[in-house]
Amino acid sequence: MEKEKFYYDNKIVKWFAYATMLWGIVGMLVGLIAAFQFVFPSLNFSIPYTTFGRIRPLHTNAVIFAFVGNGIFMGVYYSLQRLCKAPMYSKVLSKIHFWGWQLIIVLAALTLILGYTTGKEYAELEWPIDILIALIWVVFGWNMMGTIIKRRERHIYVAIWFYIATFVTVAVLHIVNSIELPVTLLKSYPVYAGVQDALVQWWYGHNAVAFFLTTPYLGIMYYFVPKASNRPVFSYRLSIIHFWALIFLYIWAGPHHLLYTSLPDWAQSLGTVFSIMLIAPSWGGMLNGLLTLRGAWDKVREDVILKFLVVAITCYGMSTLEGPLLSIKSLNAITHFTDWTIAHVHVGALGWNGFLTFGVLYWLIPRIFRTKLASKSMANAHFWIGTLGIIFYAIPMYWAGWTQSMMWKEFTADGRLAYQFLETVIELKPLYMLRALGGTLYLVGAIMMVWNLVATIRKGSALDYEAAEAEPLPKKVASHGNEHWHRWIERKPVQMLVVSLVVILIGGIVEFVPTFMVKTNIPKIAEVQPLTPLELAGRDVYIKEGCYVCHSQMIRPFRSETARYGDYSKSGEFVYDHPFQWGSKRTGPDLAREGVGNNKKSHQWHYNHMLNPTNTSPGSIMPPYPWLLTTKVNSGDIPAKIRAMQKLGVPYPEGYDLEAINDMEKQANKITSELRKEIALANKVEEDEVNIPANTEIIALIAYLQRLGTDIYKTETASNN
Amino acid sequence: MTILIKVSNYLSSMEGISIYPIITLIIFFGFFALMFFLTYKIDKKKLDENSQLPLNDNHYEKEQ
Repeated sequence: MEKEKFYYDNKIVKWFAYATMLWGIVGMLVGLIAAFQFVFPSLNFSIPYTTFGRIRPLHTNAVIFAFVGNGIFMGVYYSLQRLCKAPMYSKVLSKIHFWGWQLIIVLAALTLILGYTTGKEYAELEWPIDILIALIWVVFGWNMMGTIIKRRERHIYVAIWFYIATFVTVAVLHIVNSIELPVTLLKSYPVYAGVQDALVQWWYGHNAVAFFLTTPYLGIMYYFVPKASNRPVFSYRLSIIHFWALIFLYIWAGPHHLLYTSLPDWAQSLGTVFSIMLIAPSWGGMLNGLLTLRGAWDKVREDVILKFLVVAITCYGMSTLEGPLLSIKSLNAITHFTDWTIAHVHVGALGWNGFLTFGVLYWLIPRIFRTKLASKSMANAHFWIGTLGIIFYAIPMYWAGWTQSMMWKEFTADGRLAYQFLETVIELKPLYMLRALGGTLYLVGAIMMVWNLVATIRKGSALDYEAAEAEPLPKKVASHGNEHWHRWIERKPVQMLVVSLVVILIGGIVEFVPTFMVKTNIPKIAEVQPLTPLELAGRDVYIKEGCYVCHSQMIRPFRSETARYGDYSKSGEFVYDHPFQWGSKRTGPDLAREGVGNNKKSHQWHYNHMLNPTNTSPGSIMPPYPWLLTTKVNSGDIPAKIRAMQKLGVPYPEGYDLEAINDMEKQANKITSELRKEIALANKVEEDEVNIPANTEIIALIAYLQRLGTDIYKTETASNN
Repeated sequence: MTILIKVSNYLSSMEGISIYPIITLIIFFGFFALMFFLTYKIDKKKLDENSQLPLNDNHYEKEQ
């Protein structure tokens, strides 16, 4: 058959490569600033936009969706065209995809800095951006599936299966986790509450790791490792098993983020079991990648690209062994809420995603620009400095995590907690400093890479459209009788998509159906009542400032936690929490019972603490929040918020939206007057001399913090009286 | 206190909850048994051909 001529679109690959480099540096830089803020909290400059609670989501979103996201598209657009022997389906769709994704990133950065957030980790973006993400993701999928359908190569190579699974699963995850009720243009509440919201969120959160940071990169590994080493993948049979086993198992593992929480026990166990089983396909994939280099290990010494790829795959192996181990309940009891988690994700992010991206960039740019890499020695230096960066990042954080946990759990001989929470924080400061050093090394390496690649780009000339030729596929395939089952799937991209979808839906359905029935089965705790309008406004301040990134609201049933924080958390306490705020890290103490017992503080304490945390807690690394004392609380939206909550099933009385502002003012005036009394007494001045406006965010936040955890004690107090 | 007992026991009172682990086991075992069996049956020659795919696509390198 006569060969057809066509052109591979390198231009779009080039753009995605530029975006990967740009957002990589930005995302890492924001991460580094955040790392230094752990040692020098005043680096927030006492303004909201640079405060940890806002820039931490900015960092995670930037590195995941901007750096790795563009890295995925770079790898996919390059490899897909070649594996399909076809150009991208539509140049227009490619362009819409590229610019749409960059627009999302810019909108994300702006809204996160300005404090518009849903308060759900890795899904912080508000509803209009969520819709835009869904649309652009469909454009990507459409372009990809179109290319596959128009391909000139009968077999769909394994890398593409990973791309298809990524597309379909991320779409499902994003849509299910983003179902929210808009209140205003940039404010919404998720439809799920408490336990259900937690389950959906961590089903999403864990699978964002699985299907955004892992499967597309595995596809990239299956293409670029054979390319860079010039030998086929070790075992194609293993890659088939790797693919199906991985996508089937991963989707069940989310609940391992919620061990010992109020999530039903059976769901926790399911998460643990499937997480442990994940070792098998993950290590199968890792070995398949590493063994591809069999007989070529001498090349690894010479070739800097292979060095990056080998460390990346090794880090993948380390993270995917560690992940399942951390899902074992007894180990999770030690590591959860500590810096151990931060170490774990950064081995994955810096090692697996970062180094694989760097390897691909070093491989791609000289090829697209038809030249040699500007400086091999600089790339080698990048490799070593980057590797040192990972080590200096990970080891101090493992150390910090362990130290922190042991200190939290230590009791004195007479049965008291050995350490105040603050003592554990101060103990970790040198380790946080070392971590910042590791981050600096890693960022310096990345800047060297960008420098090197820019020099390469300037030296060469871009081959934007690369000529190629291939025979078209015959319209009808000659049948050889009994066709193998897998060929039926792998020849038809749509079948592959549908089968992948079914496989990933199974785990989600088994976990969700009973948990959503909980709503009708859970005995409501009668004492748990909706928040007052002022407390609701305070909760929104809590979400806006990202308090959940450092403070959990989930007391696990351990003696060390109940002794420190009070009675362990019950699922019935969270039924009106849209969104749940259990958190995942305790840089500061748990706040689930902040308004109760030993934890309860005076209004004045909270006031001074927010003004400057070291006023009340010397040595604290919490940043100051002086603007809360002057910023007016948003009361205009309160009626709309009450109506939204009513729609979501929160039992405010009918017509309460009209009374809400009135009640809000009453409560604010009461708290302000108490606060003024306390301050006057402490400073030995007349009450009139203390000027504190009642309509500020601080008052709403104090109202919320004083309410936390109090509900279930109401009857006890009443019956004791 | 009665609240606590109710909360901790609500799952055991869910009707038919015990069927879930069994369904899960069957789905899981069935999926893997089938996958391993079918993958084992694929012809080695075909697999080798497929694994070569990334290596015969770079026109620029061939020209060099």
